[in-house]
Amino acid sequence: MLSSEKIKEIEKFALKIRIETIKAIGNLGFGHIGGAMSIADTIAVLYDAVMKYDPKNPKWEDRDYLICSKGHAGPTIYSALALKGFFPIEELMTLNKPGTHLPSHCDRNLTTGIDMTTGSLGQGSSLAVGVALGNRYSGRKNTTYLILGDGEMQEGQVWEAVLYAAHQKLSNLVVFVDYNKKQLDGYTADINDLGDLKSKFEAFKWFTQEVDGHNVSEIYEAVENAKKQNEKPSAIILHTVKGKGCSFAENELYNHHMTVSRQQMEEALNVLLNELDRR
Amino acid sequence: MSVVLANKRVKEDKEMRNVYCETLMELSEENKKIVVLDADLMNSMGMTKYAKKYPGRTFNVGVQEANMVGIAAGLSATGLIPYAHSFGPFATRRCFDQLFLSCGYAKLNVRIVGSDPGVTAAYNGGTHMPFEDMGILRNIPNITILEPVDSVMLKDIIKQTSNMYGLFYIRLLRKNAVKIYEDSSTFEIGKGITLKDGRDVTIIATGIMVDDALKASEELEKMGISARVVNIFTLKPIDRELIIKCAKETGAIVTVENHSVINGLYSAVSEVIAGSTLVPVDKVGVMDEFGEVGPVDYLKLRFKLTPESIVEKVKKVLERKNS
Repeated sequence: MLSSEKIKEIEKFALKIRIETIKAIGNLGFGHIGGAMSIADTIAVLYDAVMKYDPKNPKWEDRDYLICSKGHAGPTIYSALALKGFFPIEELMTLNKPGTHLPSHCDRNLTTGIDMTTGSLGQGSSLAVGVALGNRYSGRKNTTYLILGDGEMQEGQVWEAVLYAAHQKLSNLVVFVDYNKKQLDGYTADINDLGDLKSKFEAFKWFTQEVDGHNVSEIYEAVENAKKQNEKPSAIILHTVKGKGCSFAENELYNHHMTVSRQQMEEALNVLLNELDRR
Repeated sequence: MSVVLANKRVKEDKEMRNVYCETLMELSEENKKIVVLDADLMNSMGMTKYAKKYPGRTFNVGVQEANMVGIAAGLSATGLIPYAHSFGPFATRRCFDQLFLSCGYAKLNVRIVGSDPGVTAAYNGGTHMPFEDMGILRNIPNITILEPVDSVMLKDIIKQTSNMYGLFYIRLLRKNAVKIYEDSSTFEIGKGITLKDGRDVTIIATGIMVDDALKASEELEKMGISARVVNIFTLKPIDRELIIKCAKETGAIVTVENHSVINGLYSAVSEVIAGSTLVPVDKVGVMDEFGEVGPVDYLKLRFKLTPESIVEKVKKVLERKNS
């Protein structure tokens, strides 16, 4: 169980991640703001309280792996990596600029600390299963974390991977589903309804939990429970709000990819900076 | 590379799949990083012996080709050396996006083995008959595409690729090949092999068509035509130097492949020629058609993949050369 100080620290870290991410996307003038915000609290928990990593040795073999299959949430992870010292924070301003190390979608060959290249939705699922299998075969005592978007749960490849991970009893694999209920074209329930994801994962023989994806304590506890599993991979369904914490995005229906004016960016940053001050 | 041609070109006793299995078993003994994947075709591929000996490093994912390719890429990200097999069409066109992004674009270290090339899919028919597999994959930057001709070359290629890094596609005849090379031969990936010298024309062949190309050259010799025969077993990166040399020295080229002429050997060779010495090029291959069911001998006639077709195309290309 996390102490109240630690919870506060993680919450502040999540605010900082949001601030840096909105700055980077706002500086560019457009980007995947919705899904970047909905996953920010989970990224904060992972990098502040859960994952084993070494910014000075990012390819450390025994590190925990993070595969963000919804590759467009890259900017959120870049912010966490920069804040944790993987690369200078100023680099965040190069997001999507010519020759950048920080492309819109995660790229293991370009960004220090990014473990996998993703962007074509669904593919991160099989990659994560491969990484977890490989680490288990090599006797490493680490965990592979996979982040799936809810929209990409519509891809068949995800369910292929879900089936095989259970067959292989991959207890070193923990999957987060960022269930923010929206995809590019609107509500998932209107486009191709995902329904009750918990019962679907359970039917595939996964240890499955549902949490408030903006409550860092709940997220942390769920990961702790997941790591106690010996025979099953774990799914943590994060009930989230697309655009969470970003004043100009949170209440928009179409907030998957948005243009951001300087004024919008400044307003959003003000809200978050005030929040940070209050804590 | 040290190549000795077989004294007699006869059907080999051992099937290619058995050579594949034995070679991997042998290499896996020493190299603990080698792992094997399949999508419910381990029996067809003769890999059950491997699975029995190395259960912990055999991943049969079931009927999930896209998942298999992604898992292979993930395994390689942890330092392992995967060989993943399915039938050619399912190992390529069914999971092209996974091969392109999860393997190629991500710069991971994966060997894809696609079996039953072209007409050798025989009784499985058009649904299983890949005339397009190499053509699809040729679009992936930096991929290496290999088509071993016989068991000697297969063994050498499996050994070599186990020590190399990148994305590889190995187009593999599953049954018995015709022996082209003596057992002591070794090969250089990316280099073609001149099997027979000649002055008037060069026949460039790959896969099961190498034997037919040699047969055609023997027929041509009786007609007073001196045909050089070259085996290109690496479709990508292709041996530009050798192709240009052959074009300059013989002045005409005929490509021969058990594959569509679109984006296969004919395209690859023509691209080299178009950018350099202009000589006439003609082709023997599948002319933009789907496959169909039947025995290999019937299918070779049906798609005009025979020594007779090669002879005919050589005569045609020589008319262009001499006009």
